[in-house]
Amino acid sequence: MTAFATTPDISIGAFRVWQRNRDVFLQLWKTDFLGIAVEPWIVILAMGLGLGQFVELASGEDYVTFLAPGLLALFPMFAAVFECAWGSYVRLEMQGTYNAIIATPVSVDDVIAGEILWGTTRSMINAVYIMAVLLVLTPWLDMVDSPMALLCLPVAIIPGILFSAISISFASVARAMSQFSYFFNLVVIPMFWFAGAFFPFDELPQWAQVLGWFIPLKHVVDIYRGLFAGNLEWSMLVSLVWLMAVTVVFFLLATWSMRRRLIN
Amino acid sequence: MPALPVTARNLVKRYGSFTAVDGVSFDIREGECFGMLGPNGAGKSTTIKMITCFSPVTEGELVVRGNDVRTQAREIKSVLGLVPQEDNLDPDLPVRRNLEIYARYFGIPQEVASPRIEESLRLFQLEEKASSKVDDLSGGMKRRLVIARALVNNPQLLVLDEPTTGLDPQARHLVWQQLRLLRSRGVTMLLTTHYMEEAAHLCDRLVIMHRGKILEEGTPKELIEQHAGAEVLELRTAPQDRAPLLAEVSGIEGVAVEEVEDIVYVFGARQAARRIVERVGDARLAALRPGTLEDVFLRLTGRGLLD
Repeated sequence: MTAFATTPDISIGAFRVWQRNRDVFLQLWKTDFLGIAVEPWIVILAMGLGLGQFVELASGEDYVTFLAPGLLALFPMFAAVFECAWGSYVRLEMQGTYNAIIATPVSVDDVIAGEILWGTTRSMINAVYIMAVLLVLTPWLDMVDSPMALLCLPVAIIPGILFSAISISFASVARAMSQFSYFFNLVVIPMFWFAGAFFPFDELPQWAQVLGWFIPLKHVVDIYRGLFAGNLEWSMLVSLVWLMAVTVVFFLLATWSMRRRLIN
Repeated sequence: MPALPVTARNLVKRYGSFTAVDGVSFDIREGECFGMLGPNGAGKSTTIKMITCFSPVTEGELVVRGNDVRTQAREIKSVLGLVPQEDNLDPDLPVRRNLEIYARYFGIPQEVASPRIEESLRLFQLEEKASSKVDDLSGGMKRRLVIARALVNNPQLLVLDEPTTGLDPQARHLVWQQLRLLRSRGVTMLLTTHYMEEAAHLCDRLVIMHRGKILEEGTPKELIEQHAGAEVLELRTAPQDRAPLLAEVSGIEGVAVEEVEDIVYVFGARQAARRIVERVGDARLAALRPGTLEDVFLRLTGRGLLD
């Protein structure tokens, strides 16, 4: 049994796995793309303009302005989760794709790194699109206050890796497709609601804020919100370091756990 | 000369307290088709998993083409071709893409891979299906594509784990024909199977495994001569006639007798079998036929169900 602390054995094989996923995506992207394209408009319409009319924030800003950085954090997270939870499980268990790949010089760690790289790519495609939508709407809806908001895109690589790694860690221990409802309902959905994307995090009760601090998505939202407003704060650096640390842990967990599953 | 395709010495695989492979030693030689026969749970697939670096070795030595499986998995996998028990083709990709992308995992440049892939598609009669979805292929075509995929890196050892399980006879014979062609081209093969006919057709040398150990090793012919004899007599008797019949045949020199349910098998040399037929008469004769690997297999591994 391989030790958890083993340095992942990663080579060019990781890129080959990424290429495989890209090639499959390029065959099918037209069907996928419609969903991606429509998603943010629905939420902006329903939450921003619909619900937003009834919300008055202490800061005085429009609800739709408050919501914008949250959208940039949420949808790319979902893109990574769908790709590396369900998608990876299908490739692992239903299709035997991982077993076929690791019969070649590509290692298990390469497969995981490649899958995470691909989940990150999907997440980034989503992030770039949402950023474009927000910029397009800015003249009318005041979505983006500062050009610093563009820095969100390079930052988005980190949550892309992180949410891919968390998802694939779960896929590596799942025994049935139905178990993903646990992951979704107990991990993804609580993150979605309590990360402060829809309401100011600091209005939560004290105990909830303490617990909520550990939610990675909260830190993504905080960083984006700061960059959208053009306010740089030290706490954003702390958030970034926390995100990177959790990313490393889940990356190691994903490779270790998948090695345990595939090589035994 | 490159190192032997496979050298195994006192190879052991344990899962907790269960010993799946219990100290086996064998060599696979250049250019041969080496068979591993045994009932379910004999340790064949576990041995294959160790050779193909899917399962860490518990004890013993296992060297593939001069590379130790413990430390040189990438080197080993780059010279192996694996046909797994279950088809794991990539259903997200059409037939030719399956081969192209598999070649890319090996880092084979496209200009080298392309002609090889076209030749494989021709050889395995998949040209017309090159643009089809994998899910639209028949079982036999999928197997052929899996074999074609395993050849994409020009492997120095082709490992086939029950390559024809689940195929209809036509598809099976087509696969055998193609494997014989590969063997004639000098591709070294390791094959596991439940089908004795398959082993007899394809293998130059084989081992019979049972409960994690190798019981016998030899060419199909040697094993048949040694354990079944040239001819096998199957005598069907009523229970009350059993004792006199056994008394009659067991005294004959050079034959072995085995009772299974209502059949008495007499394994022996040609003349002996003839003599028995003369002595017991035709009435109780069920069949007189050549000895087969199936006889060897059943004699060595027993006739009870093992699952």
